[in-house]
Amino acid sequence: MAFIAKMNSMPTLDASVRSKNFKEVALGYSANVAIEEAKRCLNCKNKPCVTGCPANIDIPGFISHVKNNDFDKAFEVISQSSCLPAVCGRVCPQESQCESKCTMGVKFEPVGIGRLERFVADYHNSKDSDNEQKAKQVQPNGIKIAIIGSGPSGLSCAGDLVREGFEVSIYEALHLPGGVLSYGIPEFRLPKRIIRKEVDALISQGVKLKTNVVIGKTLDIDDLFEMGYKAIYVSTGAGLPKFMNIPGESLKGVYSANEFLTRVNLMKAYKEGSFTPISTGEKTVVVGGGNVAIDAARCAIRLGSKVTVVYRRTEKELPARLEEIEHAKEEGIEFMFLTNPIEIKSDENGFVDSIVCRQMKLSEPDESGRARPVEVAGSEFEIKTHSVIMALGTSPNPLIRKTTKGIKFNMHGGIVVDDNGKTSREGIYAGGDAVTGSATVISALGAGKRVAKAIMESLTK
Amino acid sequence: MKILIEYFDCQKVSGLRGRRMYRIVAKEELNSSVTKIVVEAPLVARKAEPGQFIILRVDDDGERIPLTIADYDREKGTVTIIFQIVGATTNILNQKQVGESIKDFVGPLGKEAETNGYKNVCIVGGGVGCAIALPIAKKFHELGAKVTSIVGFRSKDIVILEEDFKKCSDKLFVLTDDGTYGTKGNVTAPLKDCLDQGEKFDLVITIGPLIMMKFVVLTCKPYGVPVTVSMNPIMIDGTGMCGGCRLTLLQDGERVTKFACVDGPDFNGYEIDFDEAMSRGRMYQEQDRHANTGSCNLFSADKDNKSER
Repeated sequence: MAFIAKMNSMPTLDASVRSKNFKEVALGYSANVAIEEAKRCLNCKNKPCVTGCPANIDIPGFISHVKNNDFDKAFEVISQSSCLPAVCGRVCPQESQCESKCTMGVKFEPVGIGRLERFVADYHNSKDSDNEQKAKQVQPNGIKIAIIGSGPSGLSCAGDLVREGFEVSIYEALHLPGGVLSYGIPEFRLPKRIIRKEVDALISQGVKLKTNVVIGKTLDIDDLFEMGYKAIYVSTGAGLPKFMNIPGESLKGVYSANEFLTRVNLMKAYKEGSFTPISTGEKTVVVGGGNVAIDAARCAIRLGSKVTVVYRRTEKELPARLEEIEHAKEEGIEFMFLTNPIEIKSDENGFVDSIVCRQMKLSEPDESGRARPVEVAGSEFEIKTHSVIMALGTSPNPLIRKTTKGIKFNMHGGIVVDDNGKTSREGIYAGGDAVTGSATVISALGAGKRVAKAIMESLTK
Repeated sequence: MKILIEYFDCQKVSGLRGRRMYRIVAKEELNSSVTKIVVEAPLVARKAEPGQFIILRVDDDGERIPLTIADYDREKGTVTIIFQIVGATTNILNQKQVGESIKDFVGPLGKEAETNGYKNVCIVGGGVGCAIALPIAKKFHELGAKVTSIVGFRSKDIVILEEDFKKCSDKLFVLTDDGTYGTKGNVTAPLKDCLDQGEKFDLVITIGPLIMMKFVVLTCKPYGVPVTVSMNPIMIDGTGMCGGCRLTLLQDGERVTKFACVDGPDFNGYEIDFDEAMSRGRMYQEQDRHANTGSCNLFSADKDNKSER
């Protein structure tokens, strides 16, 4: 059998069209293409791809069902390990996870595992089958578990526990579930209907969702124990935005990426008739090079702004997903590498007028292993702009830290946990970005699963 | 606790649309542009303290706006908010009647006002800020402190809560800018008089327009009286996530960024960079005006500031 060297490409909306709307960019495989792609899988015995998946999905297992045109079976296999396949199929950095371990990838291009996962999930969701009937009836065990935060980590933990008969409640501070999936990742990369579908599926399995409750304010951890919860999973994410602490960061027109994306996504500022004000002006500069920076840049261009991303290292070090960077470039976003802002200047009314940057050059690697950027003396230059979006990463949300006794935190504000996600206080577990600082959806999902397992072992034995 | 547990319902997310949970049980127009509503929100009422705020969203796709808690009743499970009709959202909120509901209502957020250990305090409120100042004045009064209240308004027709302030104040000064009611002038005048006469306040708390708070701080400075200011910047989530409410504090010569939602809303008045805060408060002025004229011409000539709280 001849190997097909290249991964089947996924159709996308034309860049000139999509850069003016918020419709989903990547359109997904058709059934025929999915089967073709599945046939590229060698079904390796040692399953190297699975070791690259933080959720341990049986990848060759589900792909072999796709190969045989049995998409329902394929979905079943995925859902044994992940309750958010339509989400992960879209936003996971597969190229550095499962696909990076793919045997095909040694000589050719790896199998499009993420694209297949997305196809299988979308196929399942499009059938509009009644999840309630399909949900396996499990004997409730009457043990109450509280999960704080309805992001990917909280949802995956909830999914695993409810399937084992636990009575699971998720507390969410915002008015909608999903955490970063809702407020952070834009509609054109992850349509909100998909999150709704996946959350609805959990709810029909019995998970209770309680929005508008800020744990640490509305209720605290001690209240939850008093209400009868036997274990609490803190998956509150990394919501605290970082700033550069340069002059002018408080000018009007300077946003944290969190604020900008929240206004656009959660508060739907992109929709006509929305009451949420947003103003980018004609020109936007985004500072940073992660997925969040690219998301913000791509939102800004869709709101009608010209966009430049400034990043202090080179293109090679950009932490964002390759696919997203390529999409961004196609949409007309400009990148300036080896560029570091040192000041934001104001017009006479206190609005942003320009950003002053310094040229950088790379020197020896720092503790993160990446080449350390150093400033080139006397290289200042100014970029005229109307708004600046700071996408420099986030730290764990401090609310739980400030209101809960007996939990240890590290110097970055992350919760200290053992391998099973146990914190220093009995009955309290933590995982996802609240522990690691900002990371990926799938690693948060994996952490939720580990904690679910640990909770099962500690409470049912 | 049992009530708490039963309070929540299992809801489908898609079913969240159109769900109305926070019922308005009372409504009163305090003046032509300031309204008081009492909202059923037992969880918020259970923990609310003076100085804290809530964030509400009136309808689907609506803006999240912060409003300070003006009063609460733990037994009845209600929270009172007083708001000025300044923007599109407060305008829509004002159209809600008793029996109707608000879509989202979350809190209590922010830190409670520091009220313990003070013996002689002065509360300086301006305009709708008086609504926020009142529960703090009440709390001080309950704790046995001597309370001097100085409340200022633009004109007679917008004076609010005078009777309530009388009940909890040892001394009350009411002022209007145009002299149509009470004494003509600014709140800083009686404040300075008190300080000149040797009044030893161990704390001055001021809540109102930024420019007023700035001058209260300047008035107190020569006397070395501690001043707490209650900040009301634009915010979205109220849990420290967006950073939109950030303020600059000058601490030991360093410029320090703080988030009003989680680090405040109360701050040491001597540390606040008021000019920056005033500038940031005008960020969406133009867009808000548009929104106003779009929905109701009555408000088109209204207000220069988005101080919803």
